[in-house]
Amino acid sequence: MLIELLLAVTLASAFVVFLAPDRYAAKLATTLSVLPIIGTAIMWLSFDASGNALRDGSTIAFETQQEWFELGQYTLQWHVGVDGVSFPLLALTTVLTTLAMISSWTPIKEDQSQFYGFMLLMETSLIGVFVALDFFVWFIFWEFVLIPMYFLIARWGGPRRKYAAIKFLIYTNVGSLVMFIGLFLMVLNLDGLTVLSLPAITEAVLAAETLGEISLLGIAAFDVKAVVFLLLFLGFAVKVPVVPFHTWLPDAHVEAPTPVSVMLAGVLLKMGTYALLRFNFTMLPDIAVQYALVIAVVGVISIIYGALLAMAQRDLKRIVAYSSISSMGYVIVGLVAFTPHGMGGATFQMVSHGLISGLMFMTVGVIYNATHTRMVGDMGGLFDKMPYTVAIFIAGAFGYMGLPLMSGFAAEVLIFIGAFESAVITAAPLVTAMAMFGIVLVAGYLLWAMQRTLFGEYELETDYDLGRAPVHDIAPLVVLIGLVILLGVNPDLIYQVIQDAVSPLVDEGLATATVAVDVLGGVLR
Amino acid sequence: MTEFILQEWTALAPPIVLAITALFLLVVDALAPEDENAAIWIAGVSGVGTLLTLLITGWFLVAGTGQPREGEPANAGAITLFNENIVVDGMALFFIAIIASVTLLVIIASYDYLKDHPYQAEYYTLTLLAATGMAMVAVSNSFVVAFISIELASLPSYALVASLKHNRGSVEGGLKYFLIGALSSGILIYGISLIYVATGSLQFGAVTEAIVEGDITGGNGILGIGILMILAGFGFKIAAVPFHFWAPEAYEGAPAPISGFLSSASKAAGFVITFRVFVDVFPIGAVGDTVDWIVAFQVLAIVTMTVANFAALKQTNVKRMLAYSSIGHAGYVLIALAALTGGNQAFILGSGMAHLFVYGFMNTGAFLVIALVEYWGVGRRIEDYNGLATQAPFAAAAMSLFLFTLAGLPLGGGFLSKFYLLWASIEGGVALLAIALIVNSAVSLYYYTRVVKAMWVEEPSESLEITSYPVGLYTAIALAALVTVLLLPGFGFVVEYAQTAAEMITPP
Repeated sequence: MLIELLLAVTLASAFVVFLAPDRYAAKLATTLSVLPIIGTAIMWLSFDASGNALRDGSTIAFETQQEWFELGQYTLQWHVGVDGVSFPLLALTTVLTTLAMISSWTPIKEDQSQFYGFMLLMETSLIGVFVALDFFVWFIFWEFVLIPMYFLIARWGGPRRKYAAIKFLIYTNVGSLVMFIGLFLMVLNLDGLTVLSLPAITEAVLAAETLGEISLLGIAAFDVKAVVFLLLFLGFAVKVPVVPFHTWLPDAHVEAPTPVSVMLAGVLLKMGTYALLRFNFTMLPDIAVQYALVIAVVGVISIIYGALLAMAQRDLKRIVAYSSISSMGYVIVGLVAFTPHGMGGATFQMVSHGLISGLMFMTVGVIYNATHTRMVGDMGGLFDKMPYTVAIFIAGAFGYMGLPLMSGFAAEVLIFIGAFESAVITAAPLVTAMAMFGIVLVAGYLLWAMQRTLFGEYELETDYDLGRAPVHDIAPLVVLIGLVILLGVNPDLIYQVIQDAVSPLVDEGLATATVAVDVLGGVLR
Repeated sequence: MTEFILQEWTALAPPIVLAITALFLLVVDALAPEDENAAIWIAGVSGVGTLLTLLITGWFLVAGTGQPREGEPANAGAITLFNENIVVDGMALFFIAIIASVTLLVIIASYDYLKDHPYQAEYYTLTLLAATGMAMVAVSNSFVVAFISIELASLPSYALVASLKHNRGSVEGGLKYFLIGALSSGILIYGISLIYVATGSLQFGAVTEAIVEGDITGGNGILGIGILMILAGFGFKIAAVPFHFWAPEAYEGAPAPISGFLSSASKAAGFVITFRVFVDVFPIGAVGDTVDWIVAFQVLAIVTMTVANFAALKQTNVKRMLAYSSIGHAGYVLIALAALTGGNQAFILGSGMAHLFVYGFMNTGAFLVIALVEYWGVGRRIEDYNGLATQAPFAAAAMSLFLFTLAGLPLGGGFLSKFYLLWASIEGGVALLAIALIVNSAVSLYYYTRVVKAMWVEEPSESLEITSYPVGLYTAIALAALVTVLLLPGFGFVVEYAQTAAEMITPP
């Protein structure tokens, strides 16, 4: 019942805030958004999940299962619950929403009750995405996220916000539809399935040796499983985003107001990688293993290309936006490694990147609030004027680069160890080395950007007096830094439960891997 | 305890109540004093009559009137009257429920829309007579009754479209609607006469019997041409491409509540007779060699949704865009016939019926918001909607809800009903329909979003000034919005009735 309560409270808060007068909306919404945090904290204390929620022999925490209605031969259910993969992301969502709300006190001045109402509406649907265990419930929340996000970008964004918002909406909706076709191609080829819950689908797919073949326009026969994997991957790749499906991201991130960018980079991108983990790598491990090298290369391309794109930018926000593409590439490489550290590290990276990218966007936002510019060339020597903000910026940037004792370091090290040891990626050490090169690029562009904007002689192209940033702008940054360091010093805080949830997937992948690797045997090894 | 059993003819109560209300209105108009209170009386009587019809229909549906009892076969239980020329079954009641709901919403909204309109009683009478005709279409069980009912539904509709007598668009739309409607009725009745030649009967059961037993005069040629002409005639009524060209003008020109009425209720009536005639009267197993109407409907469905959605992309007038969107939705519903190639037929047909039910609320709701905007005197172009949310946030929110649901986003029942149609096309094994549905849904999201963007994102123009918030229109919009949202969790309830009803006429 706790999950239903969480959803209901968040949804009710959204409506209360919609109706509240603008003057109180910000404080009211922020206060109400603490309730979900308290809820997740209570859940954390009594968290008793073990194993992966989609696999047999697991215990799902706070599970409820209730019949909804019949769809042909299938029964649709209200089925929710959390496990070691979804719970950290759920906690990330609730924490980040509150922090993003505090950071909007300064920049958001117009139509506040609607802004905060949409934020809470988005939080509701994000919580739903992470707790849903029935495909249908999951898909409803997954699609619903688009609506508040569209309004948040289109109404409170920058100059090109209308274009960015509609691009975001159409791109991700088309991605969802492609994914949807893929999933149904799979479900329809499964015999004996009576419910559309994700565990049931997983079980049925894993039990089926093959799903037969499909011919396209009578030309060639393709393995249905491979086609399904491809369609699902393409669908989620838009959300992650994976190069070359990333073009909506810089537009949406740059045009969105700071708090919305925080949610977009911090949580919405994770929907894509979370879904990849839940669908592609849980349901179809055999295909993932078979094409491990291809997927890993796709990940590496995202890492390198995303970093190169970031390097070419002058706008601080664009730099952070593009570097998210790079960071999501690490998640892909980690997932496809099919090693405990690879998959665990990838999940850890989702949380870690959520915190760090949120931190970076917020810091850029605070700087922008003061200077009204984000262009690297327009400012210099900010350190003298805004020491606290800049110090946090530097700390965040080092977190991004993977400074030890910060969560980014733990995540990336785990991913690299996992990928290096991978038994399924052909020439794993080589691939890992290429992925590691991304770190160098990240360090390169972040250091360059910091050197030009933060140090040296003070200069500013725009005519604004730099004062101290208000306390409520700095507070969420401090909390985030604290969390990043906390997870960096003691990753086991969440890494234990993540490990517990991903290890069944690793075993399943390796079981199919022995066959696949034999086929490829010794080609490059 | 003695059981209280109603006479059989009382099963026909819904259309009877509608007809009596329509006639009673003329009496009220004659007796009511000539002042501003007259409008309240007239609208009130129409509203109460329609509500009564809706309640009776709902009661019949729940009580199981005309539906199989426990333990009976799925196709038993239909009540037939007047030598089997009239049938009251689950299908008829389901569609009367749609028609009555839409009529009720339109009547509530018209009270404000018609302020200062000189012919109020006539307007409501015509609306109710058209609704009576539509309800009769749903219960007809012979070609004669069907044709007369269609005419009873159509003739008042022509006048209603043209009822804004001093508006060029309204008159033009009415004239075009009338001419095309007369043409299509001609085609329809010619087709019916050919069927009569071929089978020697006009009653549905007798026609089917003759076809199934091969007792056909003049060979399959006459029968085949007859079926094709009937298909074309019905195609006009449901505004499927290529029989759709009257619809954009008529919907655009008509008073907005009437546009909603025609595009929801009239379309539902067209579909109920199409479903009944093609699934039940011309069973594909018997006429498949002469006219394979499933293939014909497959082509119609795909062409209709594609042409309509792409045409809607280019529209700058919101009302016209919604007209094309409603044509597109006719294409979606046609999947219910086009996918009848195999699988669970009742499920496929039921999905189309359930979509029409949801569509009745979301589409009418959208047109009622347009009515509200027209009431305020704001223009009809998308730019005129700019910044509407700043002054009328509730109306803008409701409009966004309707449009997003029409696009298939999970805000209301439209998401699930579209999903059922998708499932139906897969169940029937026609993957092309599924792909067309998905592609068109993606396209439609773009043009629906343009209106949402105008209302919420764009800056309001300086002339935009809203001073009044009419109670009737707001009530109708709120009701439509409420039902649309409730149909998301409660969709199972609707689809269950739809499938039970569909089971009665589909072969097991």
